[in-house]
Amino acid sequence: MSNDARTQIRTFITTKFPDVTFSDEEDIFALGFVNSLFAMELVMFIEKAFGTRIPNEELHLGNFRSVALMADLVARQTSAAVG
Amino acid sequence: MKAETRSGPAGLAEVRRFVDLEIAPHANAFERAEWIPREVLSRVAELDLWAPFLPSEFGGAGMDMVTLGRVHEEIGRGCSSLRSLLTVHSMVSASVHRWGDQAQQEKWLRALACGEKLGAFCLTEPDRSGSDATAEGTTAVRDQDGWVLNGTKKWITGGQVADLFMVFATTGSGMCTFLVEADRPGVRVTALPHVAGTTASMLALVEFTDVRLEPSALLGPQGWAAGTVMTNALGLGRYSVACGAVGIIRAAIDACAEYTSVRSAGGVPLRDLPHVRQMMSGMVTARDAGRLLCERAGALSDAGDPATIMATWVAKYHASKAAVQAAGDAVQIHGANGFSPEHPVGRLYRDSKVTEVIEGSTQVQELTIAAEAYREVAQ
Ligand SMILES: Cc1cc2nc3c(=O)[nH]c(=O)nc-3n(C[C@H](O)[C@H](O)[C@H](O)COP(=O)(O)OP(=O)(O)OC[C@H]3O[C@@H](n4cnc5c(N)ncnc54)[C@H](O)[C@@H]3O)c2cc1C
Repeated sequence: MSNDARTQIRTFITTKFPDVTFSDEEDIFALGFVNSLFAMELVMFIEKAFGTRIPNEELHLGNFRSVALMADLVARQTSAAVG
Repeated sequence: MKAETRSGPAGLAEVRRFVDLEIAPHANAFERAEWIPREVLSRVAELDLWAPFLPSEFGGAGMDMVTLGRVHEEIGRGCSSLRSLLTVHSMVSASVHRWGDQAQQEKWLRALACGEKLGAFCLTEPDRSGSDATAEGTTAVRDQDGWVLNGTKKWITGGQVADLFMVFATTGSGMCTFLVEADRPGVRVTALPHVAGTTASMLALVEFTDVRLEPSALLGPQGWAAGTVMTNALGLGRYSVACGAVGIIRAAIDACAEYTSVRSAGGVPLRDLPHVRQMMSGMVTARDAGRLLCERAGALSDAGDPATIMATWVAKYHASKAAVQAAGDAVQIHGANGFSPEHPVGRLYRDSKVTEVIEGSTQVQELTIAAEAYREVAQ
C-alpha cells in the first residue's frame, strides 16, 4: 500500500508541477510551490484517492511535508478504517 | 422557524414558485428597507433550504452540490441579499459538519439545518485587505479556562441577525477558527447602513472585546491546516456566489424581455432593435455558459475531486463578470427606467458588482486562474 500510495501522491503532485523535482523524503513545503489552494487540493486528493476522511488531529504540516509522510498517513488511516 | 410538516427540501419547481411569488416581487422593497423580514427567513426554513446538504442525521437532506447550486441560482434570481444570507449560512454549516467534533456537531447542526440558528462568516477586518485573507487584527489568547477573543470584523453578511459567528483569529500557532454565539458578553453588533449592493443582506460590523470562550469553541485543526478550514468554506461560498450570479443574469433577461416587448422607440418595439437583440444574445449565452461551469464545479465537488477547487474559481470568475455585464446592459436597455425603483435592473446592477468583490475579487481570481494556465502549459 505504502509504495502504491507514494506513486499516486507523487503522480498527483508532478502532474500539477512538472518542473519540480524532489525525492520521496524531501520537504515539499521548503520548495516553495505549495500554496494554500494546493494544500487543500492535496487533502482532497488523499481523501478521494484512498477513500478516507483525515481527522483533525492528523491534519498538521508534519504529515504533509513529504511524499513518504503522506503515504504513512494514508497507511495509518486505511488500517484504522479496516481495523 | 421550521414547519413540522415537510419531509425534505422543496424541489426546484417549488423553489421557483417561491421566488416568483414571494421573493422577486418584494426584492426592491427589501433593498429600500435594508432588511429581509423574519417571515421570509421563516419561509426559507419551511422550505428546508437553509442547509439541505447536511446529512439527514443532522436534519438535512444530503442534497448534492449540483442541486444546491440550482437552488442558490433560483434564490439569486429573486434577491441577491437573500442568496447572500444562504451563502454565509451554508459556509458555517458545512464547516461545522466538516471540521466539528461530535459535541460541536450535536450542539449546532440541527439548529443550523432548520434555520433556528443563523450563521455568519467573520474573516474580513476593517483595516486590512480582505483579499489577503489574514486575521491579524483579531487575537485569541489561550488561558487555563479557554480562550479570550479580541478584534473587529467588518462587512459581515447577515451579521445583524446571526446567532453564530464563525470567527477567524490569530493565536500563538497561527490562524484558527472559533464558533462564537452572538449573545456572548463582549460581542457587539452594529448595522452597516446604506451599503450599495446586497443592501438587504443585513451587513454588520462585529466587535469582540474580551470575549471568553470555552476550549470547545475552537473549530477544526490548528496551525497550518487551519488554512484549509478557511479555503474549504470560501470554496463553497464562491460556488454559491457563482450560482447566484447566474440567477442575476436570468433576472436581467426576464426583465429585458418584458420591458422591450412593451416599450417602443422611433416607432419600433425595442425588442426589434439590433443592439437589443445583440445584448440579449450575450446575456443568454453568458447564462448558459455560467450554468454549465457551475454544474461542472458542483459535479466535481460531489465526486470529491480536488479539481472542483479550480473549476469553482473559473465558474465564479465567469459568472460574476457576466452578471455585471448583463445587469449593466439591462440598465442600458431600460434607459432612465433602469434607475427607477419600480424596475429590478438597477438593483441587479448594484448586486452584481458585489459578486466581483467577494469570495476572491476578479483581480485575485485572475492571479490564480492565470497561474493554473501557466502550469498547464508547462506540462
Ligand atoms: C456586500 C459585501 C458582503 C461581504 N460579506 C462578507 C462576509 O460575510 N464575511 C467576510 O468576512 N467578509 C465579507 N465581505 C468582505 C469581502 O470578503 C472583501 O471585501 C473582499 O475580500 C475584498 O477585500 P477588500 O474589500 O478589503 O478589498 P482589498 O483586498 O483591499 O482589494 C482592493 C482592490 O485591490 C485588488 N487586489 C487586492 N489584492 C490584489 C492582488 N494581490 N493583486 C491584484 N489586485 C489585488 C482587489 O481586486 C480590489 O480591486 C463582504 C464585502 C461586501 C462588499
